[in-house]
Amino acid sequence: MTAPLLEIKDLQVEFKVFGGILKVLDGVNFRVNVAEKVGLVGETGCGKTTTMKAILGILPIPPARITGGQILFKGQDLLEMGAGDLSKVRGNGISMIFQDPTAALNPVFTIGQQLGAVIKNASPANKKLSKRKIQEKAIIPLKEVALADPERLLDSYPIQLSGGMRQRVCIGMALSTDPELLIADEPGTSLDVTIQDQVLRLLHELVERKGTSVILITHTLGIVREVTDRVYVMYAGRMVEAAPTQELFTNPFHPYTQGLMESVPKLTGGGVTTGIPGRIPSYLNPPQGCRFHTRCPQVMERCKIENPPFFTTNEDHKVACFLFNQKVNQRKEETAAQ
Amino acid sequence: MTDQILTVENLKKHFVIGHSGIIKPVPITVKAVDGVSFSIQAGETFGLVGESGSGKSTVAYITVGMYQPTDGTIYFRGQDLFTNGKERSLAYKKDIQIVFQDPGSSLNPRRSIKDILDMPIHIHQPGKNRLHEIVRLLDMVDLPSDYMHKYPQMLSGGEKQIVAIARALATNPSLVILDEPTSALDVSVQGKIINLLLKLQREFNLSYLFITHDLSLMRNVASRVAIMYLGKICEIAETSEFFKNPQHPYTQMLLSSIPVISEQEESAKPEKVESTGEIPSPVNVPEGCSFHTRCPYIMDICKQVDPVIVETKPGHIARCHLFEQPGEVIDQNQTDAY
Repeated sequence: MTAPLLEIKDLQVEFKVFGGILKVLDGVNFRVNVAEKVGLVGETGCGKTTTMKAILGILPIPPARITGGQILFKGQDLLEMGAGDLSKVRGNGISMIFQDPTAALNPVFTIGQQLGAVIKNASPANKKLSKRKIQEKAIIPLKEVALADPERLLDSYPIQLSGGMRQRVCIGMALSTDPELLIADEPGTSLDVTIQDQVLRLLHELVERKGTSVILITHTLGIVREVTDRVYVMYAGRMVEAAPTQELFTNPFHPYTQGLMESVPKLTGGGVTTGIPGRIPSYLNPPQGCRFHTRCPQVMERCKIENPPFFTTNEDHKVACFLFNQKVNQRKEETAAQ
Repeated sequence: MTDQILTVENLKKHFVIGHSGIIKPVPITVKAVDGVSFSIQAGETFGLVGESGSGKSTVAYITVGMYQPTDGTIYFRGQDLFTNGKERSLAYKKDIQIVFQDPGSSLNPRRSIKDILDMPIHIHQPGKNRLHEIVRLLDMVDLPSDYMHKYPQMLSGGEKQIVAIARALATNPSLVILDEPTSALDVSVQGKIINLLLKLQREFNLSYLFITHDLSLMRNVASRVAIMYLGKICEIAETSEFFKNPQHPYTQMLLSSIPVISEQEESAKPEKVESTGEIPSPVNVPEGCSFHTRCPYIMDICKQVDPVIVETKPGHIARCHLFEQPGEVIDQNQTDAY
């Protein structure tokens, strides 16, 4: 296997607040291979965005504090890098698309000015280019995202564009520097269904063509299924399941993943299930053992004391649940008996 | 029919957003709602679906009395809601209640749950034992009665929405408007809210006007569904018929754009209609059929004449030139003659 593009090893992030210390990320492991599209799923407040902010080095420190772990990007630890080196990685190496394109674009600058700034800072050679040359270069990403009349768009302000167009501009901007890794934080959530479909299809086409790796953060399971190759499921600051997309959707193992899948209303009908009882635990005082045990329908005594490690099954499918271990042991016994 | 609780007739709401011209200013209007008609039967859940800016929330706000319509009217149990001029009588206010999308902003953060629930009882049911009534309300929505001393920020998103539902039910209404009640919540919580709403509906024989953009959810809760596009209704049908046999090209586009999580659901979707184009600005609605800029089956007539609503099957209506003669598709020559 080739070396992964991005690897997070045992990342720990804490937030120091008035009431005490919030252990938000507790041993997150994560891997993205070259040209792979990875999904990251979980409820609000499970630490998805914190993880991504840690990668980009934009966590607010303080109150945040990285207490352990490594973030390796092409073998280099981003956490030990100086500000100058890090800013070279951001932009050229890693780009990000935010959830709300309206907030991501500056309302007082034209699209041309904002795109120009990105292109100008992309490489030292671009810094010497004239304004006109930069504007010419800025048209290319706009054409790539299939926006009509890109020349006119360069002189428009974000407010003059629709939500879908703004998100396309953001995608164009993020990909204009040809990054190796693109982090997309809920890129379709603020858009309407048909527009979301368009934007995701476009994103998919572009990254396929350029061979960019993608981390897609979302809580809409349907999008993950349609776009990604591999999925990580996160709960309360820990990874609970990781598997190739097809495998995860046909054979979810962790009770939390199963609960999530059941909660999604189905197009085929059949009513709405009650969802997962309870709520995400407080980070101030997270439950001992498996953090999901307070809501788990199949909780065992052992779950309340020990934190389950990752059990590996076939085909890259990993799950952090003691139930799995039990099942494997059972299967072993059965085969032994045979 | 006598059991219709709400009848909306040719409802229009145009907002003036500015003026063009200096010497003779011509008002620029947004036709948020432009000739909408539908009716809700007592005890049913009527779903209203549409993309943002399609006017579905405006319909809700007019029904609940927050706006005056520009034209057309609404009958509640056969009585015109807008005869009295601006002020609506207390009895109608009591009968029609609303639950808003974001419980974080629809509950006053400086009032305790007790105060929040106290207000509607105080106004609409004077003389009742209010404390007794608040305990009954909290019990009805399965919240412990000591929650009345809490403040909204102490509750989770789901619990806040439950309080908002309890507040809407405090006046003992017969029609409740649910304006995207779960779109601000996680899927794992959504199920609980929806099941609570369905339980309350059975218990108190409530009618719901359910507004959402989540079609998968609509499939599971509504008895009839209406689709809106740019202020007009495109299609209304019984839920199962609507999802099995969508008639309007826009409905087909919407349904085929939904991200789903299983192969089984994938096969329940209609054939893929590629979503193209942007949603036109409601200030500048295209002439003729407003959907013609994105429609895959566009004909010449669509650009000039706005189609009228026709019944394509009993109980199934659509507004499209493809159905000028019920049941059969007319070809180009015939449309020209028409």
